[in-house]
Amino acid sequence: MLIPLCWLKDYVEIGVSAEELQNKLFSCGFEVEELTRLGKDVTGVVAGRITKCEKHPDADRLTVCKVDCGKYGEKQICTAATNVFEGALVPCALDGATVLHEGGIQKIKNGKLRGVASEGMFCSGEELGINDDFYDGAEVNGILILREEDAVLGQDIREIVGLDDWLFDIAVTANRPDCQSVLGMAREVAAILRTPLKFPALDFTPVKTDVKIPVTVKEPALCPRYVGHFVTDVKIGRSPQWLRRRLALCGIRSISDIVDITNFVLLEMGQPMHAFDRSYLRGGEIVVRRAEAGEKIVTLDEKEFTLTPENLLVCDRERGVALAGIMGGLNSEIKPDTTEVFFEAAKFARDSVRKTSRALGQRSESSARFEKGVDASTPEIAMKRALHLVEELGCGKPTDYGTDVLNADLTPKIVTTDCAQINALLGIEVPEEEVIAVLTRLQFAVHKDGKNGKLVVGVPLWREDVDGWADLAEEVIRSYGYEHIQPAFLENATVTRGGLTTAQKQELKFKNVLARQGFYEACNYSFSSPRDFDLLRFPADAPERRAVTIRNPIGEDLSVMRTTLIPTMLQNIVRNVRRGNESGGLFELANVFLAEELPLKALPDERKTCVIGLWGEGDFFDLKGATEAIAEAFGLNLTYEKGSKPFLHPGITAIVKLGEKEVGYLGELHPEIAAELALEKKVYLCELDYRALSKKFAKDITYRNPNKFPDVERDIAVVVAEEVTCAQVRECILHACKAAKEAELFDVYRSDKLGKEKKSMALRITFSPDEKAEKPLSPEAVDGFFNKILGNLKYKLGAELR
Amino acid sequence: MEDTEKIVEEAVKEAEAASDSRALYEVKMKFLGRTGKVTALLKGMREIAAELRPAFGKKVNELREALEAKFAAREESLKRKEMEEKLAGENLDVTMPGRRRAAGALHPVTRVKNQLIDIFAGMGFEVYEGPEIESDYYNFTALNTPADHPARDMQDTFYVTEEFLLRTQTSAGQIRVMEHKKPPIKVLSPGRVFRSDDDATHSPMFHQMEGLVVDKGITLCDLQGMLDEFARVMFSETSKTRLRPSYFPFTEPSVEVDVSCAACGGKGCSLCKGTGWIEVLGAGMVNRRVLENCGIDPEEYTGFAFGMGIERIAMLKYGINNIKLLTENDVRFLKQFQE
Repeated sequence: MLIPLCWLKDYVEIGVSAEELQNKLFSCGFEVEELTRLGKDVTGVVAGRITKCEKHPDADRLTVCKVDCGKYGEKQICTAATNVFEGALVPCALDGATVLHEGGIQKIKNGKLRGVASEGMFCSGEELGINDDFYDGAEVNGILILREEDAVLGQDIREIVGLDDWLFDIAVTANRPDCQSVLGMAREVAAILRTPLKFPALDFTPVKTDVKIPVTVKEPALCPRYVGHFVTDVKIGRSPQWLRRRLALCGIRSISDIVDITNFVLLEMGQPMHAFDRSYLRGGEIVVRRAEAGEKIVTLDEKEFTLTPENLLVCDRERGVALAGIMGGLNSEIKPDTTEVFFEAAKFARDSVRKTSRALGQRSESSARFEKGVDASTPEIAMKRALHLVEELGCGKPTDYGTDVLNADLTPKIVTTDCAQINALLGIEVPEEEVIAVLTRLQFAVHKDGKNGKLVVGVPLWREDVDGWADLAEEVIRSYGYEHIQPAFLENATVTRGGLTTAQKQELKFKNVLARQGFYEACNYSFSSPRDFDLLRFPADAPERRAVTIRNPIGEDLSVMRTTLIPTMLQNIVRNVRRGNESGGLFELANVFLAEELPLKALPDERKTCVIGLWGEGDFFDLKGATEAIAEAFGLNLTYEKGSKPFLHPGITAIVKLGEKEVGYLGELHPEIAAELALEKKVYLCELDYRALSKKFAKDITYRNPNKFPDVERDIAVVVAEEVTCAQVRECILHACKAAKEAELFDVYRSDKLGKEKKSMALRITFSPDEKAEKPLSPEAVDGFFNKILGNLKYKLGAELR
Repeated sequence: MEDTEKIVEEAVKEAEAASDSRALYEVKMKFLGRTGKVTALLKGMREIAAELRPAFGKKVNELREALEAKFAAREESLKRKEMEEKLAGENLDVTMPGRRRAAGALHPVTRVKNQLIDIFAGMGFEVYEGPEIESDYYNFTALNTPADHPARDMQDTFYVTEEFLLRTQTSAGQIRVMEHKKPPIKVLSPGRVFRSDDDATHSPMFHQMEGLVVDKGITLCDLQGMLDEFARVMFSETSKTRLRPSYFPFTEPSVEVDVSCAACGGKGCSLCKGTGWIEVLGAGMVNRRVLENCGIDPEEYTGFAFGMGIERIAMLKYGINNIKLLTENDVRFLKQFQE
């Protein structure tokens, strides 16, 4: 919110510099996001009087002027402007000055124009960065002509045109809507600087009237207060310079005196106001009601809206005349010939204004204030202020007809507390005098109960945020200073046991296992594009397509919650390849969101899932090595079967199982999709249901006594049909003989000699003696096992010893 | 027996001449083997008169022992020589680069998250992770932010339905913890949060770490003491914190916490924009209404909460200048965070 220093000074004496004030505001909870020195780019420009004008000897369009610049002496300045004349008082940019020029800063130097010396430049309003609201005449086509009474020769132009000021852009936190105005900030500044607040004048002399404009509020909850007042003998004109300048500093253009007054009061007191032309109020009354479905209104900016009963409407007897709290209607706006005005200063409920504003996409300074909250006590004061200004500006006569429909409680809240309570929360000893002084400066009414020593604190009506002693503790510490807090270390707290749970530790271990296998952990957004489902060839009824959808996404690409982590992994791989990272491996462990019912009726299932991607170097078995490493690290017995997924290579896809349960899959990205994504090298992908895996993670180490006698290894090579899988051979071996503990494939060999559709598989079998065995395994016993195994392989798989 | 001296002399000479253990073995066999000279002497004993045999036998044995000793000595010296020669041939250029097993790495956000957990776990904090899709109640209402509250505008929320949304803050976890656990409570709640904000400095998804302490007699001084310790471990041994007033609906008083700039030591530099301080997190004393909402008596217990953006900490710590780098997953970026 923009606050000009000069305006602030109307209500509070400020004896510190703008920078000091900025620091003080900062430590009291008001961050000045930007402190701007107005006119900082306009330097070295002074008021001067043209004493002589002559035509340039060599240029028809140039005039050579002699200028009296007071203490800067007499200067000769050439100009192309045609509105200069002898005796004119003008802004002169002297040698070394800076002015604004086409969005940048221009430096002025002594020079020659067509051979004639020129010691500077006359300035237009534009070059000073001002319009008519700052100084009348600033918008003329030519040089700004200053008024006699405004300037002294040699005076800095910024003091004359209202640029000698500071602009504070203050970030007001959501709990302090009372500070969304110059007066509200002045109240804080007065407390900070410990100086009195000068309240603006509210007095006026009403004239008698017989006119009545009754106000009916049909929705008291949405309009807790409606203050109206009738002004007669209105003569619409232009506001005085000082008022227009104030509005301009805050970025509001002057319209007409009556309208300017409503805007001025909005900025000054934070109270949105509206002025109706009374002659257009049909039936001469005001009704505040909900709009009827389909009812229409055209607002001041000539936009038409079709309304619903959600929208609160200020109406006359027949139709809407203002969208409550947001903008007035075009049908009753102030016109140059308006003679009777009905002022409105109301409190509309913030939620109602917000909903309507959002639904219609219509915002204004007024709706912004109502959405943050306007307190119920201000409308009355703001109305008086507006009427005072009408009288001061002489643009109308306030009458004795006013109305106030009040449906809010204006009794101040009382909070009872004591210093001990406040200090117990803060952890330091703030003296009682200090507590009372701080609260009093902030206009809390503090009374100390003589009997029990409690502080009975009346809360100012504009402080709707304060509703308990903890709020008072905050008021105390932010004024007393956070630097008084003495860091301590849980002196009174109970000792607790901290750290990760087993499940959390296992998750970290899981990530570390993959990292040790050469994969980098990735982090992707939890949302992705619905088009990914098409890319991955999911059929129309695939469960993956039943994704939770965001109603207000940033874009379609980020609009559905992930049901699989594959698409974002593919995006990562594509990006890496495009950036020249020709090979690599990534994994991500994150939630997928699976809905029981759509739209959601309950929280969805957030299933922790792991995706692994490998591209460039490495193949299917490098990726499988990663899943094997996981299985080993967590004591899982994962099995792999041939399977299929719509987005994976039909011949190079494995389903991963844990017991009978499918817990994931891995395989090569379908070459068609790879081509679509311009991925030249092969990509391998794996997705694992982490939650299902984690349920079976070994809880702890299972210890077994080592065998007394050594294991014996024996290699076997068998010729089998091409379709026989490694898993089948292995299983066949282990089933044939109890002593065979492991059978690991170490070679596969194909040749013409073996025959077509045949292959030789070589496995190393590990035999372990029985735990209770009294002697080591004899070569004869191992021979026996071997023959048994071979027999089983022949019988079940038609294998032949090679 | 005039031969023995000669035999020893001959054997020593031949042993010295043997250039390796294999040659020495052959010499040894020539004298002591089954057909060797010494063996031959023993075999010739039968031709010697009976009364001379014991003396002869003794002499031959002495000869054999003497030879064995000589051969052993020679063998020893040959082996040493051979080892020396072998080692001399195995000369490695120790300055050549080592061969490394390529390991991957955890994401910097995970790294920083783990560091934060380490710091606070040591102080007795447990870790709780709540759901990422939340109900309006846990994300807002229970945190003292009812439907018409202007604080809802502080964050742009992604909605899924009227009732469900993507959590905007891990503070939602506070309520879930306090509903099930009674004080003393010390809990950290890390996780993903979402805000409809996507520009150069904002990402629509980022990670927060929320901390909550509820117990008897907890004060604002305890909050700052704990955050001071956090800053010292996370940034630098000389780091300090500064509290300044702020506003969050679920804490009262609420503070913004700045940490002294570790890059310039608080003197002012480009990182801290000349102020000497860097805004790191938001915190405050738990609002009494929030305690009440969770069935905890605010007259008996007080507490504090703090919340920080993990990405922000990671960016400050490593000097990462763009938040988007953290979700691009470029391996050249990720590689730098190897253990």
